[in-house]
Amino acid sequence: MQELKIVILDYGLGNLFSVQHVCRHLGYDTLVSHDRKDLLNADAVILPGVGAFRDAVDSMHGRGLVAPLKDFISSGKPFMGVCLGMQLLFSESEEFGSSEGLNILEGSIKKFPSADDAGNKIRVPQIGWNRINETAEGPKWKDSPLHSIREGSYMYFVHSYYAKPANESCILSVTEYEGLNYCSSVKQDNVFATQFHPEKSAGHGIEIYRNWLEGIRITD
Amino acid sequence: MNAIRIIPRLDIKGPNLVKGIHLEGLRVLGKPEEFAKHYYEQGADELMYMDVVASLYGRNSLFDIISRTAKELFIPLTVGGGLRTIDDIKNVLRAGADKVSLNTAAIKDPQIIRQASLKFGCSTIVVAIEVIRQGDGRYFAFTDNGREDTGIEAISWARQAEELGAGEIVLTSVDREGTGTGFDIELIKKITEAVSVPVIAHGGAGNPAHIAAAIREGGASAVAVASTLHYGYAATATARDQTEGNTEFLKSGRTFSKIEPHSIREIKEYLANNSIDTRITDHTF
Repeated sequence: MQELKIVILDYGLGNLFSVQHVCRHLGYDTLVSHDRKDLLNADAVILPGVGAFRDAVDSMHGRGLVAPLKDFISSGKPFMGVCLGMQLLFSESEEFGSSEGLNILEGSIKKFPSADDAGNKIRVPQIGWNRINETAEGPKWKDSPLHSIREGSYMYFVHSYYAKPANESCILSVTEYEGLNYCSSVKQDNVFATQFHPEKSAGHGIEIYRNWLEGIRITD
Repeated sequence: MNAIRIIPRLDIKGPNLVKGIHLEGLRVLGKPEEFAKHYYEQGADELMYMDVVASLYGRNSLFDIISRTAKELFIPLTVGGGLRTIDDIKNVLRAGADKVSLNTAAIKDPQIIRQASLKFGCSTIVVAIEVIRQGDGRYFAFTDNGREDTGIEAISWARQAEELGAGEIVLTSVDREGTGTGFDIELIKKITEAVSVPVIAHGGAGNPAHIAAAIREGGASAVAVASTLHYGYAATATARDQTEGNTEFLKSGRTFSKIEPHSIREIKEYLANNSIDTRITDHTF
């Protein structure tokens, strides 16, 4: 196990240590790094993130991390995105005008509306525990890091924006907030990403990390 | 709608968990880590640590407590008390907090809310508003555990904090804090109507029905609870064995008459039975 090279990508935003803590709790060492070489040698990569989409994209470009991260993802090795780290995978965001994302998944990042159709106030950001549910069109949980998670389990969310994938086949789970059903996790080939924070979602969240980490293999 | 959050609030003085009334007259209840771990296992939705005498003491013990919590308990942790600068915020986040709460610093210079929310993300910045109701019915914001009147009206301050980028507001009724006489529902309602960010109600919980009222009538998204939970846990054998300090009043079995000790699970079961969405965890740790 010790030889696994799991890189937590540091692009200057977000609480990387909470991701590192949960991995350590499960017996996995990780490397917090913004070095391209570490990315290219990694067996698995986690992209965390809290904050603004455009800052994150700018910072990744500034550190020369966009191309190596895309290369890593196309290598087929396990990749996990969390919160902003999931949103960054999409083509574009409407946050502060329009910004371009990594374009790994087709779709856009939208802001929660300030009121529902009936005019009731929607509190934004959404902060707190909400349920995740499987979809008919998307990948099955049994073939994903959610394989041991029960339908309707609560996960911890903090966000003002949500992802709207162009293709429903990548939507691993949906969550309902104030009448809006949105995509709360994605899976496509080796890419797995969650809008919620499994590292802040107590027992069930730790389980998701365990399931994902157990799927990592040492690569040459 | 997402689930209503129950957030144990731990007031910390040096290495100890303390509890007072109206934010004053602090008694030592035990080790914050022990209480926090128990609440985590019971299904706490978040934790809140308030360094109640931050301006008077060194902070090393607080950083130790934050860092141990972050390594062992995998739910969000908000830390507040005496944070004055962007560097203070950065240090607390680096120690392992997920969010910080600002009161005095934000009142003195509201722009710190904007700077901090741009730098760390708005959902990281919680503005704490400690309120005392005036004789004429107006609500004023106070600092320094309810000792300093800022002359700032609480509802317009909440609106301003939101505009500056606060991601959440934790609203304390100093009048009710530690008394167990129920929340100031009128105050909660005024603030939840004034802002669109989530509001955490604090101050006055004496039983689960009070909590249900803060949610249903006040419109709170979360409730911070201290005495009700602390007295419940401190009275158990495990806590008593591990507790050091002035806990004679607990050992004697006396608590404050208005405060019914309850566990998180009991509170959540009460809310669920009253059709309030809440997360009751079935996970064993």
